[in-house]
Amino acid sequence: MLSIRTLSKSFGGVTAVDECSFDIARGSITGLIGPNGAGKTTLFNIAAGFLKPDSGRILLDGQDITALSPHERFHLGLVRTFQLPQTFQRMTVRENLMVAPPEQSGENLFATWFLPWKVAAEEKRVREKADEVLDFLEIPHVADELAGNLSGGQKKLLELGRCLMTDAKMVLLDEPGAGVNPTLMVKLTAMIRRLNEERGFTVCIIEHDMDVITELCDPVVCMSQGAVIAHGSMADIRANEDVLEAYLGGGRAAAGRGGRAT
Amino acid sequence: MEWAGLINYGVFMLTLAGIYAVMTLGLNLQWGFTGQFNIGIAGFFAAGAYASAILTTPPSADHLGGFDMPIAVGLLGAVLVSGVLALLVGLVTLNLRTDYLAIATIGIAEIVRLFLKNEDWLTNGVRGVAEIPKALSTTPLDPALADLLVVLAALAVVYGLLERGRRSPWGRVLRAIRESEPGTQASGKNVFAFRIQAFVLGSMAMGLSGALYAHFTGFISPEAFDPEFITFLVWVMLIAGGSANNRGAVLGAMAIWAVWAGTEFLTGKLPAEFTTQAGALRIFLIGVLVQGILLWRPEGLLPERQDGKKRG
Repeated sequence: MLSIRTLSKSFGGVTAVDECSFDIARGSITGLIGPNGAGKTTLFNIAAGFLKPDSGRILLDGQDITALSPHERFHLGLVRTFQLPQTFQRMTVRENLMVAPPEQSGENLFATWFLPWKVAAEEKRVREKADEVLDFLEIPHVADELAGNLSGGQKKLLELGRCLMTDAKMVLLDEPGAGVNPTLMVKLTAMIRRLNEERGFTVCIIEHDMDVITELCDPVVCMSQGAVIAHGSMADIRANEDVLEAYLGGGRAAAGRGGRAT
Repeated sequence: MEWAGLINYGVFMLTLAGIYAVMTLGLNLQWGFTGQFNIGIAGFFAAGAYASAILTTPPSADHLGGFDMPIAVGLLGAVLVSGVLALLVGLVTLNLRTDYLAIATIGIAEIVRLFLKNEDWLTNGVRGVAEIPKALSTTPLDPALADLLVVLAALAVVYGLLERGRRSPWGRVLRAIRESEPGTQASGKNVFAFRIQAFVLGSMAMGLSGALYAHFTGFISPEAFDPEFITFLVWVMLIAGGSANNRGAVLGAMAIWAVWAGTEFLTGKLPAEFTTQAGALRIFLIGVLVQGILLWRPEGLLPERQDGKKRG
């Protein structure tokens, strides 16, 4: 579904992503793990078009999307969430969701001026869709609340809700569980699984909670210092020497990586 | 006689307030909804004023044209010229973040002012453009009343279009951009295209406002486009009235214009030896007012409304 081909990206002297390559299989929930600073979020930013890579390519369904802007990738079905929720604070929760659906004719100013009935009919559908998503997320009671007034966990749900408003094929979830309490985390995990099974979203998820990764993800990709150091089932990852070194012994891992990088 | 004088004064003041309200609505689209920090308002206002003046004045040896066209053409020309100017400026600057955009727009307003001042062939330089025709001059209406009618009609049209835009998915995307640009991109919107639209449309309103002003006064020169009295006042009007609320923008324009006129009345009472400082004192008083508003009512007289949001 999504292919990362020898991507590299440096910021000044720091190589955040270093000749990174892997494929995400259609229909899978792929986990992306690694210590802080491994380049996971940078990789997401590149994949979603928010950063330009220094070299390498990204393919979606075999199509080269490296040169496309974020909104063009969105329309091809590649949707992302943010680690720090990018909610629209001074807009209601429902409005936050209503922004997302593509191809709303009301986004054309002339249509809003001269075809108001067409826009109104579409608005009704978009609104209903937003309410369905709020039901799915189990937060219908905050629909008319300003997003800025939500709790951290509810904002996380709203981030996820944005993906639900679209017909995404591939969603990139950047730490959906960070800062979320354990009860909500269980709910969130179940939601992500349902999205994968019922709506056919292919998912790639960055997460530090290994229980979540173990429960949801197969395969798992592990990055360290910008490179992929392991790729396989969670059992393989747990047994992998490089992964253990990356997490536990930073110095030794860095020294040994050159020879053993996959 | 006393009453007639008062009514005339009221009509005169309301006309000017209406002209400012059109500009404030334009700024509200840019700042209130989209979060664009435009402090080059005077530049777009001036461009519109000169465009309409040159199009509608009788042929003159002093400046380009005039082309003796109907005022409607002049207004349309003003909207187009200010729109094209905004498009060119926007294509270059709109990738800049808020504060950098502010610096860029103030520079552009200065360029426009100096251009109008120095390009004699086009604008007659500091001597200005005279004989700008009045609106509805062929009708039996009182000229002052005719001006007011035209300004209020323009204000109603601009308000209607922008308010409908605000309530639409289009306006929703603009507000989303104001709140989070990455979030809007992740919602699949072409942020740059929306920003350009808001900037151009807002600047068109400013240009239209300039044209209305030109036909109202009948004479314009670069001096009339001092950023102190245009950009500054319009910002105060928007902040006082309520950013991101179109009704607030109109109310703010009316209220601040009344206060502004009031300060003139006040400074008129000053002893003769202080008259030279009166202008600065008026600005100072308005500045104090802004401070007060920011401290005690930062959301303005009419804050942003959330359609469908329950108050509580």
